[in-house]
Amino acid sequence: MSTEQISGIEKKGASAATYVDERVHSNSWFSRNLNKVFPDHWSFMLGEIALYSFVVVLLSGVYLTLFYKPSVVEVIYDGPYIPLKGVTISEAYDSALAISFEVRGGLLMRQIHHWSALFFVVAIAVHMFRVFFTGAFRKPRELNWVVGMTLALMALAAGFTGYSLPDDLLSGTGLRIIEGIILAIPVIGTWASFLVFGGEFPGVDIISRLYGIHILLVPGIIVGLITVHLMMVWTQKHTQFPGPGRTDKNVVGYPLMPVYMAKAGGFFFLIFGLITIIAGIVQINPIWIFGPYTPDQVSAGTQPDWYIGWLDGALRLMPNIEWIIFDYTISLNVLIPTVVLPGLIVTAAIIYPWLEAWATGDKREHHVLDRPRNAPTRTALGVMAIVFYVILWVGGGNDIIAVGFDLSINFMIWFLRFALIILPALAFIITKRICLSLQRRDRDKLLHGRETGRILRLPTGEFIEVHAPVNEEERAVLESKPDDKPLPEPPESDSAGVRNPKYKSGRRAAGLSRFLYRDTIEKPTEAEIHHGDEAIEAEDDFEAPLLEREESMHVAHDGSVLAKPAVDAPETTSDNGDGGSEQS
Amino acid sequence: MSDEITGTEPGQEVAPSDGDTKALRPGEWPPADVEHHLRRTDTDPKAQARAVRQVATMFMLSAVMVVLFIVAFIAIPRDAVVSIPFIGPISALNSAMGLTFGLAIFLIGAGAVHWAKKLMSNVEVVQERHPMKSTEDETELAADIYEVGKEQSTWAKFPIIRRTMLAAMALVPIPFIVSLRDLWIQPADVGTPSAELRRTIWEPGMRLVTDITYQPIKADEIPTGGLVNAVPENLREVEEDDHNLNARAKAAVIVVRMLPEEIQSQQSPEGTDWGYEGILCFSKICTHVGCPISLYQQRTHLLLCPCHQSTFDLSDSAEVVFGPAYRRMPQLPIEVDDEGYLVAVSDFPEPVGPSFWEISRP
Ligand code: HEM
Ligand code: FES
Repeated sequence: MSTEQISGIEKKGASAATYVDERVHSNSWFSRNLNKVFPDHWSFMLGEIALYSFVVVLLSGVYLTLFYKPSVVEVIYDGPYIPLKGVTISEAYDSALAISFEVRGGLLMRQIHHWSALFFVVAIAVHMFRVFFTGAFRKPRELNWVVGMTLALMALAAGFTGYSLPDDLLSGTGLRIIEGIILAIPVIGTWASFLVFGGEFPGVDIISRLYGIHILLVPGIIVGLITVHLMMVWTQKHTQFPGPGRTDKNVVGYPLMPVYMAKAGGFFFLIFGLITIIAGIVQINPIWIFGPYTPDQVSAGTQPDWYIGWLDGALRLMPNIEWIIFDYTISLNVLIPTVVLPGLIVTAAIIYPWLEAWATGDKREHHVLDRPRNAPTRTALGVMAIVFYVILWVGGGNDIIAVGFDLSINFMIWFLRFALIILPALAFIITKRICLSLQRRDRDKLLHGRETGRILRLPTGEFIEVHAPVNEEERAVLESKPDDKPLPEPPESDSAGVRNPKYKSGRRAAGLSRFLYRDTIEKPTEAEIHHGDEAIEAEDDFEAPLLEREESMHVAHDGSVLAKPAVDAPETTSDNGDGGSEQS
Repeated sequence: MSDEITGTEPGQEVAPSDGDTKALRPGEWPPADVEHHLRRTDTDPKAQARAVRQVATMFMLSAVMVVLFIVAFIAIPRDAVVSIPFIGPISALNSAMGLTFGLAIFLIGAGAVHWAKKLMSNVEVVQERHPMKSTEDETELAADIYEVGKEQSTWAKFPIIRRTMLAAMALVPIPFIVSLRDLWIQPADVGTPSAELRRTIWEPGMRLVTDITYQPIKADEIPTGGLVNAVPENLREVEEDDHNLNARAKAAVIVVRMLPEEIQSQQSPEGTDWGYEGILCFSKICTHVGCPISLYQQRTHLLLCPCHQSTFDLSDSAEVVFGPAYRRMPQLPIEVDDEGYLVAVSDFPEPVGPSFWEISRP
């Protein structure tokens, strides 16, 4: 303890801490963790946004459970919303309407719940791409990548089950499509559907079943996974971007107490407040407009939440193929877009860290992040996935677009089918090119320094541009580029002529490795950089006498050069106080 | 992890980048080797005092917002509406509560972040990392402990215990899975799921009635080019008995009328008519994944599903002309009864709704 005055409250706090410590050994943990260092970067807040919106989802969700009734018992609507007066509706829909119109604060909480759910899913998605593009999933964080992927899937499950609870026309239509998908599952489809819905669609059980899943099972799994996720972040310590003094063996940033507590704690309130303000003024999911669910009505032009929309788009773009084999039906038109495609994408995403490790043969720990440009193939793959997703999502709204732009739906579908194949490939090629040209620029900067824009005429009559050395910080960033080289082809047999048993898998790894690392701009060697530095110094030597002369000059607006008065005279000739050399 | 207890050895001398050496206190990490930027609040006491005022003001305003929230809660009627520029008319109570509560929360965050940025230390510090891998000694000790435990457990010694236990563990989840069977309690008069899916409540002689008012439909009430949404006459009673919407989800139909010469084909056997003087009746439930369809273009006789735009030509046996659906929309054979009302001749000859595994079984 220092000499600072200790207040009464602090004394009480200290004795409470002792009380707890004598029982659970907590001070030892604090001594190791209270000043844990966290690096600072805006993109590290994405995961925080996800976490905080989840807390908001939990709080608002618990409030909603106090009023919501997960029952499809029929009631006659008799609330303040006039257009539905006298209509027979389910108790679930009735209670959601009461939350919206009768409970003061109910609509606000419903809208906070829905908005925070959207924030949650968006933040998870963007966070995942941050991790992907910077290579934060590399050793030792592969397992946390898997936990994160599972969290993302659980978030979708939470969103979908919640969307179905109000039992309005939209939520029922979503469930109907799910039923169609379950029916399409080979062999067990009809039984699975009857078990899920308690008989035929829609039945009377699905709302109460989804309710339990929505408020208990899925949030429980999410809480568990978030705990594991954060514990791993804690033990492994956060990754950091390259910079001066940052290595794989340290972490540079601010200590948890006090800076990070204030920043991260404050950030929770910022997110919560922002969501609440949005929920106060921007309407979302106005269930009263859609009306109650009935299986023979649908409204055109309505859209699912964005994270489901891409599957709807995939359903639309898929050609109508159905196989009938020995009288059994396999609906590829449904299975491929909604089961096979998402399955493949998720599997590919989950195993990506191991694929990359296999192709690099790299067993080191990585704590300094890659700049996306320095992993061009990985970055290109990520952009390709985003473009693929966006096209499917656009496909999910193709009717709205077709009406908006007066195009035929037929044209839209064919256009999007081709786009789905061509644009991601194009995105891959373009992204990779951009990465490589950025690498080239980095190399030039390291070799020749920063271009200053100042042109010199040498005594020989030659013109040169003066370069300035890049500053320490930038140099550290530029020099962080890893030398990833493709793995060599494995030998077919050893020197004694014995066949190499790992030849085949080795060749495959080498092939993948070539795909990932073939294209790169070599980082300059130490010697080259040194040589470049000397060149910059030489330019400096040329320029120094000129600069010295300039120092004593005053450059007027019209470009005429005046001798600078010894004492700072009133500004008569120039308003450019220091006679800037940049004007010469 | 024990080496993380303090930043460095207490009293260790370090040289921060600004040149002067000072001793680190226990619990302090050494500053990072980067330039430390002094803020206005570090150098100018006035700026510092201003920042302190700003932070305190934000916390105070947050409390004011809580008071305003309570005022709004009590004073604003539930049905009052305000119009917000660019957003439109919305509930006044909701927006007032959202704004006051939201600002009350937001201002706490803004105050804390401002405090951290302007007044708390902004010196970046360095903490060491240690490899995730445990030390050789730790790993060896863990292996030793495992060996001792294994021996003491007699796990390796009595394979019969090992095998029977593994078998028992593998089987013990089965009761739980079996218990899920009654997620669907199969009524005595009900067949397999696929048999149920093939059947609707349409019967020979059942009248078609309009879907909202339940009026029987006379053939001559339907104009050429018209479309009527219909359900079976007994649907209301069935729904009252069953307390569910299952019957509706399969039995809903659309009735359209075209000129008889416009009809190219029907799903009835060659040369027979499942319609009546150009009136044809089809299932309303899309064969793709089950959305109800009612977008009908009378000129082309095309029926378009709003969900994924499958398009069916009603003048040509409702065959798929476009989109992801594979099967045509099943046709309901109809005729008129003695009083001139439309009635079903039978149930649908083909299953309605989405395809399933057993759908093409005879
Ligand atoms: C885990 C993440 C969660 C997500 C993504 C999520 C998402 C949603 C969504 C999109 C809705 C529809 C809201 C509407 O517009 O009416 C909803 C409804 C609902 N959620 Fe959640 N939710 C989550 C967790 C929870 C939790 C933890 C609870 C309660 C403990 C909860 C309780 C409810 C209730 C009662 C409703 C129905 C209320 C109504 O429709 O008016 N949710 N949820
Ligand atoms: S449900 Fe009709 S096209 Fe998909």
